[in-house]
Amino acid sequence: MSRLNDANITIAKEIIARFPRPKSAMIPLLHLAQEQDGHVSNKAMVHIGELLGVTPADVYGTASFYEMFKFEPIGKYCINICTNISCHLVGSWNLLHHAEDRLGVKAGGTTADGMFTLEDVECIAACTEAPAIQVNYRYRYQVTPANFDQLIDDLRSGRADEEIPPFGTLSRVRQRTSESWSNYGIEAQAIVDER
Amino acid sequence: MNTEYSTPGQVPTGPRLITGRFDISDGYTYDGYVRTGGYVALRKALSSMTPKQVHDEVRAAEIQGRGGAGFMAGTKWGFLPADVHPRYLVVNGDESEPGTYKDRLLMELDPHQLIEGIVLASFAVNAAHAFLYVRGEMALAQERLAEAINDAYAHNMAGRNICGSQFSLDITLTWGAGAYIVGEETALIESLEGERGMPRLKPPYFPAVKGLYMQPTIVNNVETLANLPAIINDGGGAFKILGAPTSTGMRMFSVSGHVNRPGVFEVPNGVTTFRMLFEAPEYCGGVRNGGTVKAFIPGGVSAMWFFDEHLDMALDKPTVDKAGSMLGSGAIVAMDQTTDMVAACWRIVRFFARESCGKCTPCREGTTWLEQVLRRILDGQGRPQDIDLLFEISESISPGIAWPPLQTTICPLGPSAVSPIASAVRRFRNEFDHYIAHGRPIDGVDDVLHPEGSRVHV
Repeated sequence: MSRLNDANITIAKEIIARFPRPKSAMIPLLHLAQEQDGHVSNKAMVHIGELLGVTPADVYGTASFYEMFKFEPIGKYCINICTNISCHLVGSWNLLHHAEDRLGVKAGGTTADGMFTLEDVECIAACTEAPAIQVNYRYRYQVTPANFDQLIDDLRSGRADEEIPPFGTLSRVRQRTSESWSNYGIEAQAIVDER
Repeated sequence: MNTEYSTPGQVPTGPRLITGRFDISDGYTYDGYVRTGGYVALRKALSSMTPKQVHDEVRAAEIQGRGGAGFMAGTKWGFLPADVHPRYLVVNGDESEPGTYKDRLLMELDPHQLIEGIVLASFAVNAAHAFLYVRGEMALAQERLAEAINDAYAHNMAGRNICGSQFSLDITLTWGAGAYIVGEETALIESLEGERGMPRLKPPYFPAVKGLYMQPTIVNNVETLANLPAIINDGGGAFKILGAPTSTGMRMFSVSGHVNRPGVFEVPNGVTTFRMLFEAPEYCGGVRNGGTVKAFIPGGVSAMWFFDEHLDMALDKPTVDKAGSMLGSGAIVAMDQTTDMVAACWRIVRFFARESCGKCTPCREGTTWLEQVLRRILDGQGRPQDIDLLFEISESISPGIAWPPLQTTICPLGPSAVSPIASAVRRFRNEFDHYIAHGRPIDGVDDVLHPEGSRVHV
């Protein structure tokens, strides 16, 4: 796996320019790398360090704090089953056990065909829709074991492709730096940093 | 299984100050927002008010921050030192307190309302740059906000000389990557600086004085800011009288768990009681299967639990504080008589053990030990001295195990892990003792962690 490609370098530079200090772009750039490769590779972290003016160790130091970043390839679909309190109370463990049986992996595991990674996660802010799950961070609400089986079939057959991009892609809309970007906050911080 | 929300906007009666667009299909678009009265408050403020007048309306509204601590927003803004620039507004969209489900709805279904609130707040505190930090796992919220910010710039509601005024503001959208602790304001600032999300020591790092890049910074919750357009349109006084004198305005609560119709409700603040939310047909319509509430969490899993004697209490900040808990982030979780309290307690403690950032030893080690001791009790391996051990570890994180909690840690995460233990053990000691003596839950509760036949009896 690789450094950021040319298109992503352009995006990365736009992101960096929206912060007073480059290092603030760290997490968005790590997501960009994960979107490109499906995980955050060592080469990408070296590259991000170059773009931000920090060491690769700085990049890994930050990245390793956050559980959304994966440093090895995982499944095309990451299925996160919430088992926190609101879901715990209305059947999430039953759903998780069913998912483990259906996919043949325990929570944390990836199926042999590389299609699915299963995770037992903390609250995903869908508590009144429990039990709730996410597939690549897209929600499914009030999920029963039968619904889960249907979902797996849909994902395998590609029927959900339009809604659910491969793992790594979050927002498909990017902030643009508008022509009316004022830059006053960034300029003021640069003056402070200069002193 | 649904991909569409089934509950947002289940707001049965009364005014809908910030949830009114939830069931308008294009309420999240610029056109839909403007058609329904959007950006009127901003035009009004920028054309006819001074920053101080905007600040005064927010003071008059007496709006308590909706993120958890409940600190008065107008007062918080007043902590900024005069004439120190640059200064920043940071928007906390890292909603992740278990049970809490409101900011995500506000970001997904009415992103322009939040942006209007951001511009109003920035104008009031004279900030030229705002950062909107959205939780990493919320892909749709990120998408809707990116689109909304792009549209706001295109229509001159953000950027240079907003609405033709002298006021300019940039809004940078950014997001996290999975860490509950980043909801703590100084940890959020660390994360925004590209660091591991570990809280800073207060003092000296009060954000209003030394925040983002060591500059004065206001950190406000999404729901707090979403109320600003209404406050400016109708005035702080009109906002205030919607709720109780001690808990003003309207407020969103998410009610989940063992109720017939869980939902997110915007209700007059400080007036509605827990019983009304659980039982009234226009709210949750009663406990499931005609059961009763055995315990409930009034304000997120960091809060002390409440019981049937608290049902008739109003959702009023000082009242709930005085009773020994908090309304926190507005997350109410009902547990009926079939709930295994040891399992519920363990599940909440496991959350804190997983989410401890590791900076302070009592929390890093303590939450892990608490989780392991509870887990062995659940698995039938509990020891008679384990209850004392739980309290001993809890004491080392939160001396006195009281409310409001004392702490040996920098931030409140560690002491939050003590709340479910203190609540569950004090009230349901028999359930813990039964587990320790017999290796299984008391009769009549759901053994949710151990599917039929999988429990190894000792």
